[in-house]
Amino acid sequence: MPFKCLPMLQELLDRLFSRGAAQKTSRETVKRRLQILLAHDRTDLSPAVVEKMRQEILEVVSRYVEIDPDHSEFSLESDQRTTILTANLPIRGIKEVAASLDEPQVAPLPAEATPTAPEPDNSAVSKTPPDSLDLSLLDVIDAAIDPNVLGIANPSADVKQP
Amino acid sequence: MARIIVVTSGKGGVGKTTSTANLGMALAKRGRSVAVIDADFGLRNLDLLLGLENRIVYTALEVLAGECRLEQALVKDKRQSRLVLLPAAQTRMKDAITAEQMKQLVGMLGDKKYDYILIDSPAGIEQGFQNAIAPAKEALVVTTPEISAVRDADRIVGLLEANGIRNAHLIINRIKPAMVAQDKMMSVRDVQEILAIPLIGVIPDDEKVIVSTNRGEPLVLASEPSQQSLAGQALQNIVRRLEGEKVPFLDLTPPPDHFFSRLRRLFQPSE
Repeated sequence: MPFKCLPMLQELLDRLFSRGAAQKTSRETVKRRLQILLAHDRTDLSPAVVEKMRQEILEVVSRYVEIDPDHSEFSLESDQRTTILTANLPIRGIKEVAASLDEPQVAPLPAEATPTAPEPDNSAVSKTPPDSLDLSLLDVIDAAIDPNVLGIANPSADVKQP
Repeated sequence: MARIIVVTSGKGGVGKTTSTANLGMALAKRGRSVAVIDADFGLRNLDLLLGLENRIVYTALEVLAGECRLEQALVKDKRQSRLVLLPAAQTRMKDAITAEQMKQLVGMLGDKKYDYILIDSPAGIEQGFQNAIAPAKEALVVTTPEISAVRDADRIVGLLEANGIRNAHLIINRIKPAMVAQDKMMSVRDVQEILAIPLIGVIPDDEKVIVSTNRGEPLVLASEPSQQSLAGQALQNIVRRLEGEKVPFLDLTPPPDHFFSRLRRLFQPSE
């Protein structure tokens, strides 16, 4: 049966010409796993909080611009003991509300502005009540530290106490 | 002024106690006066690695209770008279003493009498760990190139910083150069990059460590060349770096492969 040994021969050839490089070594795998793991460990944020933060950031950004939720990336990475939050949000277009704003400052919207903001039409965002739109990033981080606040906001989140 | 250094790791079994015993012994061999403190109450081991288990009469607990003087509890090493051990109690739990009491013990040992006070921390991040780091000004963080050990070491580095110990150095233990060469283990550089604290030692995996533990004779004591080991040399280098010498890291590149072993690997599935 000469055909039976074909795959074996193929693998051998792959190895000889290191075409099998697509398969990661366990050393690369463990390094990658650790980098992601430690980024989360170091911020001490639970996955639930990170997810909430992601949704809220998407919400704020999509008030001004139309983003592509399918191609958005949101990640925590660690480099030299500093954790970096990276959001990669491809913009499809500018929304009218943002263009009509005359005031130069783009700082946090005043509370009155909330009703004028378009209702969250993105499916990923619609779960959150509209009044939580005012939550700034700082509030979210505070919530992570204070278990009581979090308990009310998100009872399912489990936050490790330092 | 005595340098007060805690040896810690987070994860158990990565070589904290072996490192403490060897570093203490190597420092004493260099002429420094050294006190090693076992902070692992309930699971003490440092006495075993130093081969001093039969000479313990009193422990740190009796000293604190005022049942004996500090000098009565200290076990002096017969091979290196500049080394003393302050043993932990074996019958009690980790919360038998407080961080304040640990500071008190180190205070009693005195600043002038010893050049180095090494504290062997228990595994974990609970009370025993808190006690061990309380009096320390410097830290040696021991890890192995494994995911769980590195993760725990990272947590420890964070906790040390939070407790004001900024002078922390990394010891990477049990590295297997042949596995690193085959991309089956993280390299020294990988681990150091991830943990991002200065490296002070790299100890290769060495069977002689087990033999020395069996005998209760730290590796660095070996005087005959036949008994000397790469791991022992690595530990001695750490001591020299602690003392401020610039010592290059050991060359751990594996010996060149046999042609047939390379051929064999070609046929084995990759890992």
